[in-house]
This record gives sequence, structure tokens and C-alpha cells, in this order.
Amino acid sequence: MQFMLLFSRQGKLRLQKWYVPLSDKEKKKITRELVQTVLARKPKMCSFLEWRDLKIVYKRYASLYFCCAIEDQDNELITLEIIHRYVELLDKYFGSVCELDIIFNFEKAYFILDEFLLGGEAQETSKKNVLKAIEQADLLHKYGNVHHPNKNSKCWTLTFFQNLTIFVHGQT
Amino acid sequence: MSPSVPLQEMIRAIRSARTQCEERGVIQRECAAIRAQFRQTDNGGRSHNLAKLLYVHMLGYPAHFGQMECVRMIASPRYSEKRVGYLGAMMLLDEKQDASLLITNSIKNDLSHSNQYVQSLALCTLACMGSAEMCRDLAPEIDRLLRSSNSYIKKKAALCAVHIVRKVHDLGELFVPSARSLLSEKNHGVLHGAVVLITELCERSPETLERFRKTVPDLVQIMKGLVISGYSPDHDVAGVSDPFLQVRILRLLRILGRNNEAASDAMNDLLAQVATNTDSTKTVGNAVLYETVLTVLDIKSESGLRVLAVNILGRFLLNNDRNIRYIAMTSLQKIVSTDHNAVQRHRGTIVDCLKDQDASVKRRALELSLALVSASNIRSMMKELLIFLSSCPPELRAQAASGIFNAAERYAPSKRWHIDTILHVLTTAGGDVRDETVPNLIQLITNTSELHCYTVHKLYRALFTDISQQPLVQVACWCIGEYGDLLLKGECQETEAVQVTEDDVLDALEIVLQSHMSTPTTRGFALTATMKLSTRITDNVDRIRSIVSIYGSCIDVELQQRAVEYNALFKKYDHMRAAVLERMPVIQKNSLGQTNGELSEEPMKESQPGKVKQEETALPPQPAGQVVDLLDLLGGSQEPLQPGSSVGGSASTQLTAAPSSAGGDLLDLLGGFEPTPLAPAPTVTVYEKNGVTLTLSCEQQSESGLTVTLTASNSTDSDISGFTLQAAVPKSVQLQMRAPSRDSLPAHGGAKLTQLVVLNNPNKVNLKMRIRVSYTCQGSVVQDMVQVDSFPGL
Repeated sequence: MQFMLLFSRQGKLRLQKWYVPLSDKEKKKITRELVQTVLARKPKMCSFLEWRDLKIVYKRYASLYFCCAIEDQDNELITLEIIHRYVELLDKYFGSVCELDIIFNFEKAYFILDEFLLGGEAQETSKKNVLKAIEQADLLHKYGNVHHPNKNSKCWTLTFFQNLTIFVHGQT
Repeated sequence: MSPSVPLQEMIRAIRSARTQCEERGVIQRECAAIRAQFRQTDNGGRSHNLAKLLYVHMLGYPAHFGQMECVRMIASPRYSEKRVGYLGAMMLLDEKQDASLLITNSIKNDLSHSNQYVQSLALCTLACMGSAEMCRDLAPEIDRLLRSSNSYIKKKAALCAVHIVRKVHDLGELFVPSARSLLSEKNHGVLHGAVVLITELCERSPETLERFRKTVPDLVQIMKGLVISGYSPDHDVAGVSDPFLQVRILRLLRILGRNNEAASDAMNDLLAQVATNTDSTKTVGNAVLYETVLTVLDIKSESGLRVLAVNILGRFLLNNDRNIRYIAMTSLQKIVSTDHNAVQRHRGTIVDCLKDQDASVKRRALELSLALVSASNIRSMMKELLIFLSSCPPELRAQAASGIFNAAERYAPSKRWHIDTILHVLTTAGGDVRDETVPNLIQLITNTSELHCYTVHKLYRALFTDISQQPLVQVACWCIGEYGDLLLKGECQETEAVQVTEDDVLDALEIVLQSHMSTPTTRGFALTATMKLSTRITDNVDRIRSIVSIYGSCIDVELQQRAVEYNALFKKYDHMRAAVLERMPVIQKNSLGQTNGELSEEPMKESQPGKVKQEETALPPQPAGQVVDLLDLLGGSQEPLQPGSSVGGSASTQLTAAPSSAGGDLLDLLGGFEPTPLAPAPTVTVYEKNGVTLTLSCEQQSESGLTVTLTASNSTDSDISGFTLQAAVPKSVQLQMRAPSRDSLPAHGGAKLTQLVVLNNPNKVNLKMRIRVSYTCQGSVVQDMVQVDSFPGL
């Protein structure tokens, strides 16, 4: 994947993830043009279109358009599945996700995306594992300093104890 | 200093701004606060500040002052700050920024951090925006992580390695051993990463591809496990077990099996199994089937499997889901040349897709339909294609029109059908056809002499329906000019004849001339056609004369030039008018600038070989009549000689430099033409009779190019006027006659007449030339001929 864009029906950008190096100006230009092109399409049309030398795969979920640019050899149908998987992850995380969730918690949307895709490719094909990793990272984010000398395998136990400590001390 | 506002409040404030101006104000205030905060020493809200800045950046406002803050935060011991810092790095820094190098060290440290989530941040950032230098620096670290025991890290390291290989191809070698061993992992995430990495390595280097071919059995094993074995809740998507991994493995198998019999054999069974067992009711199943089909068609699969694959595509074509239909057509396009018959079976469905609402589907269907046209289905296919052309979106018109022309040219069942088809296209999509269409069509029409009557009637009618389609109007004008007499005769076998009078025809042409929709080229056509009619009609020659003289003062240089020349034809050269405006000879295909490059050696080539433009502008005074005359003269000769043209006004393109501001100038220019100074070359007298002498000298310009200079002089007591020379050379030699320096020879050798002849003798045949001399002396016309067999200096 070269990039992924999320934008609203009015053309406002909600998330942009670029996997290729481009200048800010170029990114803005591409975004503007692509948003225009996708918004101009009618509801029943194909989810795939050719744009410049890329294949664009897009899908609309409620008021948000999820738009990915893939290369020639990539499988369009599986990209649709990737988009769907990402939406499912957001849905599980936020609990019935809507556009406002993504607006007000945009950094979390990025964290989830980074746990699912790496360098433009899917890194974890199990929904459960992605959500688990996010959960752990979130806990670390909230409560931890990262000076644990112990090896990774013990990390799970330690976070468990961390949770316990929180419960005991009644921290919020 | 205003207190820092929490992130969510700031977002709310920005969203509640009612105008762009208000929003800018809010953002400016916030940015100022953020900048101030950055300058302060460590406080608890650093990550919030950076997050605010990132939000502002996403709205499109500049945020480069946050770059150094990102660098600082990445180095922080707090995970929260690291996390937002890395996110900021991925959003604000890219490899073009200098600051990106500063984080290399932080990434290096974090890659060996004890906490896997920190390692994960570093890996993610490196894979997202790592520059070539960073990749080179950190590649050994990544390789080490590929061998760690932690699956969570291994899967990320694998994809990070993919990024590194894409950036620095040579580093691929480094990862080959670890990639190989990763294939024996059980964890799906790691397997997926490993397959992607191996795919990347194989695509980059053929030697690596060879080495990884041995993994085909392992890959087949893994796939079998996914397809056959039981339900695995973790990875199941609508009944398909880990479709993401399946698709990647299939893609890798495709690369490994390409052009290799052994590998292809090893995967035959598996592919058949996947193709038959995968549930195709949902998109996810179709995704796997699609990848399977692509693989089957690309490797050396056995024929049964290929048939299975094409049938799957056929099923896709009938699917209700538009996406699936689109995919099917894309794949069929790839194999239409190799498995033509298999694809032909689905022609009906494909043609139906031409009527789909979606432009992408339409485009695919058009390409596929054009590829499927053959001699047996040309009539029905063309019907569909023409219907499509009338309703197709504008961006596809040009492609459709040229595709139709190509198909018509290759498979036309009859000439009339061909002409009808082209006319149909010109009426529906005339504005989108390419420029060569007009001369091609003209050439086609001249070749079909039996249909001249039919064609001109049809075109005349078409002219009245729509005058805005320029190619159509141009062809119509040309035909009316050329075959106007057939039009006026009023009878036609093939179609219902229109009863036209000469006035009607001239009216039509005048409408074209005066219409604001006509381009200058079209006007040129119309003017020439009007002129040609002067020999084909009887009553309204005066009207033509007046039209032509009006345009003698036209602003457009081309039109003015033509009008002036035609005027001259009326006035001074009236005796030649009939001959000049005779029917055009059949135009040879190759002489119309076809790109196959070979020049035809057929006789009757136009005087200007090759250029299309010149064909159009040189259409006027073609000495077709003289061609016939010369041949009659040379009737008994063995060698078919190539006639040249030497009428003064013929080479209008040769005189493009002539500014034609007033009527008389052009002709004066002919008289005042200064010959190029002759190089001292041996001259030989080739003709001497009745006081008129003609000498010839020649000069070799290039290997096959030769310039011959003919000089004439008059030693009699009386002036000679209307002196013209014509030349003919052997078939393979190309001839071009320049305008003579004058056309009269005063008595007693008062002035000499010079004319240059440029020859091109690529085949180096024995050069001969026949020259015909014609002049008027003391009221009587004298014509004579001389043959030159040997050229001096050659």
C-alpha cells in the first residue's frame, strides 16, 4: 500500500497515513485531487478506480470514506478486506465507532492502524491479537515508565500486577 | 501565557469555529501556546501538546516547528511521550527532512529496548519513513530481531526488512537466511511477514528466486493446512481461514512457479483444491479465488486447471457485485491474447457490461470487447460498439473511436460496410477522432470507385445534418468537390438519390466556408472543393469565380494563398484548368504517411512523398491531367516512368515562404525567383532546335541525392513565352521540380531560364530523364521532347 486516507463526505481529512516519501506539497495535491475524484462517484459504482498510475480502492462506511492506494500487483479484493478489518478494529476499540470518535481520538486511530499495518502491509491477521496489543500498549501509555529490566515474556504478568495495584490503590 | 488547553477541548474549539477566518484565529492562538510550551522544560503535558500540533497539521496548517520536539520526545523515557513522539515523526518527518537523521540513534536504542512495545514503536517508524541511510545503519539490528524468540517482534521485524529491501536493494542478501527459517513458524503474523519478505526478495533478484524455489513444498503444505484443516476462530473471516495469509502465499507461489515446470507441477493439486473448495459467496472468498486464478494463469499450469480458472472468471462476470465483474474483466484482459477462444465464450456478458453505469467497468468492457473482435463476429460486435459510442462517457470516446477504426480496417466484410461504419463514427464522435482519419477515409473512398456515387450522396446528406463535426465536414467537402458531377446527376444505385442543383451544392460549400464552426483546415477543403466544381458543373462558374476572388483577400494566409492561386488559374492559366482539376488518381496507402516507413515503389506517386499535411494542402492543382498526357506520350516505352510536376503553381508548399498579400505578387514571385547559384559543374547541351537551347548540369548532393539544373535560352529574333519544362524519370527515382526562374525567354538570348530538379536515387538505378519542352513562339505553340541518357559528372 502506498497510502491510506480517511475523509468525510464534505472532503475533510480525518486520517492520513503515507508509506511513501513525498513532500508536504505533493501530499496536499494528491489528497485534494483524490478526495475530489472519489466524492464525485455515485453510490452504486465500483470500489476500484484507476488514478494516475495507481489503483485506488475505497469504501464508504457511514459518513467516512476509507481510501487506499495500492500498486499494480496488489489484490484489490483483499485490500477491501483490509479496510473492513481496520473498521472492525476501530469498532471493537471504541465500541460502535462513529466519525466523532475518530476526530476526537485521532491519535488512537493511528495507534490502532500502526498495530495492524506496518510499512503498508498487514502485520497481524488475527483481530484478537491486534486488540490485545493495543490494550497493553494503552496501559503502558497511561501508567508505565519503561524501565522494566525484565524480558518481554514476563511483560504480561507484570502488567497484570500493574492492574492489580491500580485496583488496590483505587487510582483512576 | 495562556494555559494549555487539553487536546479534546482544542478540537472542539476548532470545530465550533464558524468561518475559515475564525478557525485560523483559534489555530494561531493554539500554535503560539504550543510553541511556548515546547520552549519550556519538561512538564507533564508534552505529549498532549504534540498531539494538538499533529491535529492542526492534519487540518493542513504548517507544523514544522514541531519537528525538533518530536526528536526530543522520542528520546524520552516515558512511553507516552515516546509513543506520540514517534507518531509525530511519522507524520512530520520524512526522509527528505534533515531532522529525520537525528532520530536514527534513538531508533537504534529503542530497537534493543527491553520492552517490546518500545521496540515495536521503533520498528513501525523505521518501516514507515526510514531513509536509505537509516536502513543501511540499522539493517543488522533488524536481522538480529528476525532471529529473536518473540513472535510479536519477529513479525514486525520481517515487514521492516521488507521496507529496507525496497529502499536499499543490496541489503536483500542479508535477510535471506533468516527469511528462510521464518517459514517454519507457526504464528500467522510471523508467517505472513515472512512470505511478504520472501516475495520482495524474489522479485528483486533472480538468484534469490532460484534459491527460494525449494520452499514451494513448504508453502504448499502451509496452504493445505489453511484450506483443509478445521475452523480456527482467531483467523477466520466468513468461513475462510486467514485469507490475508492465503493471498500472500498464492502470490509467492505465482512468482516461484512462473516459467518453471517443476515448481508449477508441485502446486497444481493445491491450486485445484483452493479453486474448488473456497466459498465464493462473500468478497473474502472471491479475493482468494481471484489470487488463485491469477496464479494459475501465470504459471505453467496444466490445461484442465487453466480451463477451471477461466471458468471462475466467467462466473465472476455474472456476479451481481460490480467489483467482482470489474476484477474479472481486468483478469480476462490479461489472457485475451493467449487464451482467446476461452474468453470468446464470455463475449456476450462482456458486451453487456458495456452498458453498465460505472465508468471503470465500461472502460474495461471496451478494452476487452475491442480485443475480442474477430472476422466472424465483426458485424454484431460493431453494432454494439457503435451503440456504445453514442452513449459513452467523453473520456472513453477517443479510445472507442480509434478501436472501432482499427477493427473496421482489419475485419471489414465489405467496402460499403467499412465506409458506412466510418461515417457513423464521424457523425457520433467526430470531435474525438485522430487526425489521420480524414486522409485515411479519403484514401479508402478513392479506392472504392464503385461506391463514389453512394458515398457522395451520403456525405452530402450528412453535411446538412451536422456541420460542426470537422472531420466529417472535411471529408464531405472533399468528396463533393471530387465527385460533384455524380451528385448532380441525381441517380444512384445504392441509395436514394437526392435531387440537387448546382446552386444547392455551392450553397452547401459556402455555408461551410462561412460557418464560424469551421476550422481553417476545413475552410481550405471547402475552398478547394468549390474550385474543383468549376470543371464539373456547367452553369455557375461565375459564382465560383466570385467566391474564389472574395477569399483572395482573406485574413487567413493559407486560404488567401489558395484563393489567389485559383484566381490565377481562372485568369492566366484557364487553358490548364480542366487538366489541373481532373479526378484524383487512386491514392496509394503508403504515401499517406503510414508509419511502416516503406515508401511504395508503385507508379503514380504524388509529387510530395509521404507527408500527410502536404497531401492535404497539395490537393489543389495536381497535374493529374498532365500525368495522363505524359503517359500517352510515352506510350510505347518499356520503362514505366514516373512523372514529375512542374506547373508553376503546383508546389504551394514549396512556396510557403511567399507572403501573398495581393493577388499579383505570387505570380510575380514566380517570375522573380532567383535561382540558386550554380556550382561549377559540367554542362551538356541536351536540346537545340529552332533557336531554343536547353543545357543540363548536375551535382551530386549526397549518396543518393542529385541536383540537376536545366538552363534554357532563346537565340531567335522573337520572344518566347509560356515556356515550361516537364521531366520524367525511372520508376524508383524520386523527382522534385523546383519552380523555374521565369516563364519567358526574350529574344537574342536576353535572359536565361533556369529550373532546378532534385532527384533521389536510393536504388542507384541507371539514371535517365525525359524532358518535354513546351512554349509559345510567334503565336504558335511548340512542344518537343528529349531524352537524356547520360548525365555529366556522374
